[in-house]
Amino acid sequence: MRVAGPVAIVLLSVIGLASPSLGQGDGQTIGGQLRVEDDTGERVPVEGVLVTIDGQGEAVSDAEGRWSIAVSEPGTYTVVLDATTLPDAVSLRDSERGALDMLVEAGQSKTALFALTTGDVGAPADEGEGITGRRVAQLTVEGLKQGLYLAMAAIGLSLIFGTTGLVNFAHAELVTWGGLTTFFFNYYGLAGVLGFLAPLPGPFGDGVNLIFAAVFGMISGGLLGYALDRFLFRGMRRDGVSLIAQMVITIGLSILMRYFFLYNFGGNPRFFQDFASQRAMSIGPVEITPKDLAAMAVSIAILLLVGALLQLTRIGKAMRAVADNRDLAESSGIDVERIIGMVWTAGAALAALGGVFFGLDQVRWDFGFRILLLIFAAVVLGGLGTAYGALVGAIVVGLAINLSTLFIDAELKNMVALLVLVTILLVRPQGILGRPERVG
Amino acid sequence: MIDDQPEAAGAAVAETENPIEGVFDGVEHVRGVAKPDSILIVDGMRRRFGGLVAVDVDHLEIQRGAITGLIGPNGAGKTTFFNLLTGFDTPDGGHVELNGASIDGVASHRLAARGMVRTFQLTKALSKLTVLENMMLGAKNQGGESFLRALFSPMWRAREAEVEVQARALLERFKLSHMADEYAGTLSGGQRKLIEMARALMSEPDLVMLDEPMAGVNPALTQSLLGHVKELRAEGRTVIFIEHDMDVVQDISDWVVVMAEGSIIAEGPPGSIAEHQQVVDAYLGTPDAPPGEPLSSETDGVPAAEMESDS
Amino acid sequence: MLLAINWDIIFTQTFSQGFGTQALVFALAAIGLNIHYGYTGLLNFGQVGFMAVGAYGVGMAVFWLDIGFWPGLVLGVVYCLILALILGIPTLRLRADYLAITTIAASETIRLSVRWRGNRERTGAAEGINDFADPFYDLNVFDRIGSRPYRFLFFEYRADDLWVMLIGWSVVGLALLFTWQIMRSPWGRVVKAIREDEDAARALGKNAYSYKLQSLIIGGVIGGIAGMLQAIDKQSVQPDTFNPVITFMIWTVLIIGGAARVWSPVVGAMLFWGLISGLEAFMRELLDTGLGDSLERYLNLNIQNVSQVRFMLFGLALMIVMRYRPQGIFGSREEMALDDR
Repeated sequence: MRVAGPVAIVLLSVIGLASPSLGQGDGQTIGGQLRVEDDTGERVPVEGVLVTIDGQGEAVSDAEGRWSIAVSEPGTYTVVLDATTLPDAVSLRDSERGALDMLVEAGQSKTALFALTTGDVGAPADEGEGITGRRVAQLTVEGLKQGLYLAMAAIGLSLIFGTTGLVNFAHAELVTWGGLTTFFFNYYGLAGVLGFLAPLPGPFGDGVNLIFAAVFGMISGGLLGYALDRFLFRGMRRDGVSLIAQMVITIGLSILMRYFFLYNFGGNPRFFQDFASQRAMSIGPVEITPKDLAAMAVSIAILLLVGALLQLTRIGKAMRAVADNRDLAESSGIDVERIIGMVWTAGAALAALGGVFFGLDQVRWDFGFRILLLIFAAVVLGGLGTAYGALVGAIVVGLAINLSTLFIDAELKNMVALLVLVTILLVRPQGILGRPERVG
Repeated sequence: MIDDQPEAAGAAVAETENPIEGVFDGVEHVRGVAKPDSILIVDGMRRRFGGLVAVDVDHLEIQRGAITGLIGPNGAGKTTFFNLLTGFDTPDGGHVELNGASIDGVASHRLAARGMVRTFQLTKALSKLTVLENMMLGAKNQGGESFLRALFSPMWRAREAEVEVQARALLERFKLSHMADEYAGTLSGGQRKLIEMARALMSEPDLVMLDEPMAGVNPALTQSLLGHVKELRAEGRTVIFIEHDMDVVQDISDWVVVMAEGSIIAEGPPGSIAEHQQVVDAYLGTPDAPPGEPLSSETDGVPAAEMESDS
Repeated sequence: MLLAINWDIIFTQTFSQGFGTQALVFALAAIGLNIHYGYTGLLNFGQVGFMAVGAYGVGMAVFWLDIGFWPGLVLGVVYCLILALILGIPTLRLRADYLAITTIAASETIRLSVRWRGNRERTGAAEGINDFADPFYDLNVFDRIGSRPYRFLFFEYRADDLWVMLIGWSVVGLALLFTWQIMRSPWGRVVKAIREDEDAARALGKNAYSYKLQSLIIGGVIGGIAGMLQAIDKQSVQPDTFNPVITFMIWTVLIIGGAARVWSPVVGAMLFWGLISGLEAFMRELLDTGLGDSLERYLNLNIQNVSQVRFMLFGLALMIVMRYRPQGIFGSREEMALDDR
């Protein structure tokens, strides 16, 4: 049994490595994705740019900057980007390279790379505006949104710590896992991972609508959480492996998972198939896309549900009891190991859902890891070990870092999270809702 | 000033002389009573955990040079009281004087320099250090403990040798010399008790606070420990110890303080305490009150959550 | 097929890297971490942050402050001191996990802030700083070898490498001596006591908080010097080289060797880096053989993502070592059995 955990991981790694590469089509095309780096360092798609191949066709880049032109037979073609159709702030990095010669083989989808730039040091788009009511409202909504999504990840982490004493550094990867598996289900169904399922209908052989894919994503998140506890950590608890060793093991796990994701998913960000290009609606002074609005509503609903479950059901109360004081809970007859298993399952499922929400923006191999800092700040702020604390902390962190861009450069907003973290540790280390005794 | 000639091996415990014989004559057997020469004076010490009162001591004086036993049922607040006095917990209010000087808010590590040391109920022998290293850790005034001086051996070699001599002498006295170079982790439970006490003596303290020194110790070793405690008194040191075993208390205490539910309910020489009605009630419970209701599910007023706080 | 593999390249990589510049950087960083965790029990998950701060100290001194290379070394040390204080003062009173969280957060923040385009003048932003190490290389005694690599058995180095190795391994040697000295002193004794039981140390009159802070500073400065050596070796300072995975490679190095042993960071670093380099070389060679096509087709393994497999294997190795042999090579089972943490 002791070997089961690592063996399972190795097996899964090998299976994962064996998954087919994505995006094989028939016929040949030349295409690409036009993006430019904005002032926060993020790569933003450029829409509405005209690309032509003489004698073959033309395309205009969509909301994600994607364009694609089918060519009738293999050979060399000249792909020309019409610079006059570029948006005002964007230009070709090298004006000599607006035309590329590309060789296309049979059945190949060739990618043409046009390097774009916004010029030297871009000023943040809103800089001229200063602090307006409109900006405050917009940023508050953004902050609330990010806070709600963060809460999904933070709750699981806090409860896992509460019930087992373990700070799970791999929690961010559970978020990414949710986003990636949902992506797979969205596009490829299960066949995305286990290629031999391809002949079957969706969700096994083909992609499904994002909503169903998200459900599958949540399920797979819960399964992974369950498996990690059952096959990895439970044995360690039983064998008395120290918490510090377990913590370092979660770090190794996070590295393993992250690069596994990179290996399978590639380094480029991608987008879910459905609800992809949506125009933002205006609600009062605030602009928000329908999918974001829906996601926020769903997350609020789910958080309320989680809160109700924790507060009202027997299992929920047991979870809180174990998270609060494990020995006391055990002595009052609660099956602690079972509860821990449930906490891992539920916490991972929630994190996976958070991954779906974050993925509505874009899906990357490391987007979970990029918000690890924020998750930690949220959990510490709210109080390590309490679910409600994680919720409160997440919302505060979300609001804080977004509203901070009223005063500082947007690229630095993650530093605000660190500031929150350090301040809280100085001022009230047990967090808003935590207990002082846990802090040492 | 402190006499550190060890007793001859095998000397019966009862023969150790009591230098403060008779000092308590004329002291009323009343709680909070003043002592002829108090080394420690506590005023109005309070500590609450949540809604529960863990400690509420109006006034307590500890006689210099005496062995004072602190007794009481489980959950009475004895260890919490110790923690408050020694800086391992912060009181909600109160004033403490050691040797006439206030030690309010003084950090726990500074108290050793002021002459007050304590041991722990769960012994803290440092397993990964040798027994000798454990002992040498206890000494005061080691320049080599400062980083810059540590870099240059000549600066600490001499003092290190002195400390080693002192350590070996104490190990000899506690009959642990043969274990000097073993890792402390290999010591038996009883040996750990001995080393806990021996190590505390390295700083030549005036006041030694022992938290249940005999807990879980076999009768033979108990006698040996009792002998060591009496030697401390013979050297002129003051001892306060927490204890449950009434026989031990009767045997060596000069004075007994009884705590229950956070406050002191009685004081007096060991003989008078056993008959004190309130003490009997506290231990056995009156018809009205439930018997010896502990403050929490864990030992001595320390809530379970706090016990977890060691990493 | 095994014969088709170019074993010469693989062995050369293994040995050269094992004794080479990157190994010594890891060794030095691990010596610093050994003081933190091995001897004092501090969970520093941000050692790469100290490396970054040391490296950027030198880089910024030349690039932005214009005070020169040699004063830059001093500046790097000062930066490390400041970082240790910022990290330690709030967290060292709390349980160990809080230091872990804070250090990982801080090291990522350092990376993001030097990467920020607003800092381009000071830190070179994402492109980093180059061309600052010339004063160091001007002193190179191996220049006579010329520009071709020097070869001896399985070792192959260029003149620049040899110079960095000479200075670098000497620094490592000094650090080892330093560690040995302070750990056998009374200061070291206090620190080891604190690692095991802070309350006991305090009851014996030791100011645990102060000692932990001192340890954090010392180990951090050593890490900073490692970062400086790395920057000198690569002749560039870039934000993305100071990522969290490096911190955990340093941890792995320490654990492999066995924490709390003076020598172990060096042995751990040489083994770790040599093996990883050799393994990667092996995989690349494998791709070149007939097996390569099958690997590509079934496992998606190609030249581009070989290095990703390296990281995956590393993560797996860390988990396995931590689980089944946390005492490393030099640690003793006996000592581990006494560990109740």
